[in-house]
Amino acid sequence: MKKVFAMLPVAVFAVLVGFFIYRLVLIDHGDTPNLIPSVMIGRSAPAFDLPPLFDGQPHFAAKDLQGKVTLINFFASWCEACRAEHGFLGEVKQAGIRLIGIDYKDDPKDAKAWLARMGDPYDEVVTDADGRTAINFGLYGVPESYLIDKKGVIRFKQTGELTPDVIRSQVVPLARELSR
Amino acid sequence: MKIRRFFLLFLLGIAVATAFADTARAVLPDEMLSNPVLERRARKISEGLRCLVCQNESIDDSDAALAHDLRILVRKRLLAGDTDAQVKQYIVSRYGNYVLLKPPFDAETLGLWLGPGALLLFGAAAAVFFYRRKDGVAETPRLSGEERARLDALMNGGQGGGENAS
Repeated sequence: MKKVFAMLPVAVFAVLVGFFIYRLVLIDHGDTPNLIPSVMIGRSAPAFDLPPLFDGQPHFAAKDLQGKVTLINFFASWCEACRAEHGFLGEVKQAGIRLIGIDYKDDPKDAKAWLARMGDPYDEVVTDADGRTAINFGLYGVPESYLIDKKGVIRFKQTGELTPDVIRSQVVPLARELSR
Repeated sequence: MKIRRFFLLFLLGIAVATAFADTARAVLPDEMLSNPVLERRARKISEGLRCLVCQNESIDDSDAALAHDLRILVRKRLLAGDTDAQVKQYIVSRYGNYVLLKPPFDAETLGLWLGPGALLLFGAAAAVFFYRRKDGVAETPRLSGEERARLDALMNGGQGGGENAS
């Protein structure tokens, strides 16, 4: 009996070590503790109606989400990670997903110059000057991307930049499934 | 004595420093509402909402741009006539319970709320259990008849003999 008790701290220690290793492995797979799981998954996209970045183009509103699988990508010309992600957005469009860019709290002049320089992969670009629509989406930094199904329900969220790996292994397969 | 005085001075220093640190909030004058009652409510709500960028500060403390936007949003909701609970619910419905610095008591947070108490009880129970057992083992054996006779002799005049007698 006594021996069993003596082993108790060792057992507790072993459990703790196991837990920490498990957590480290999760972090290795991209699940970091500062990543906040979105409560918006499975919910309808919030109401919005945003003006276009380029004059003469139409507004984009929540009702326009109906009927087509859409990836909404929040970006800004001042955002460093957006630059890293930008080159891969073409892959999303190539997969047949409608790609809407929302320019988050940006100077339209800067955004236009940025897109002219970096290339414009978006089907439409609209602006969220005061960031209110972004808050309604539950955004807490740029870039963030939301995959929305034909009924306007948010199905997937990428916090931070889209990598080729995330696009190929998650975004494209899910979009294909939702398009059916 | 000197060390103790130094220590007290040190504590006093910390107290003064933290008192001042507390007043250094991130709220900008142009964010504040002119109605002091509403502004006080806004501050109270903001103190309980986590800044999602820095994650260990409230939006009332944080200088992050998103915290600024959320502070303004809180005030706009209050001006629109929301109750404190409605304002919090508005933010929670977008960011989840994670934004609440004080998490609600529900099935998901049961361990968080009750865990420390349970651990304390477990520790106390373990301590009582172990000390009880030890008491039993370490109990001094009663004096034998011979020992008692020798002790009586010592008490009654010091001629009981033994190595230490002088």
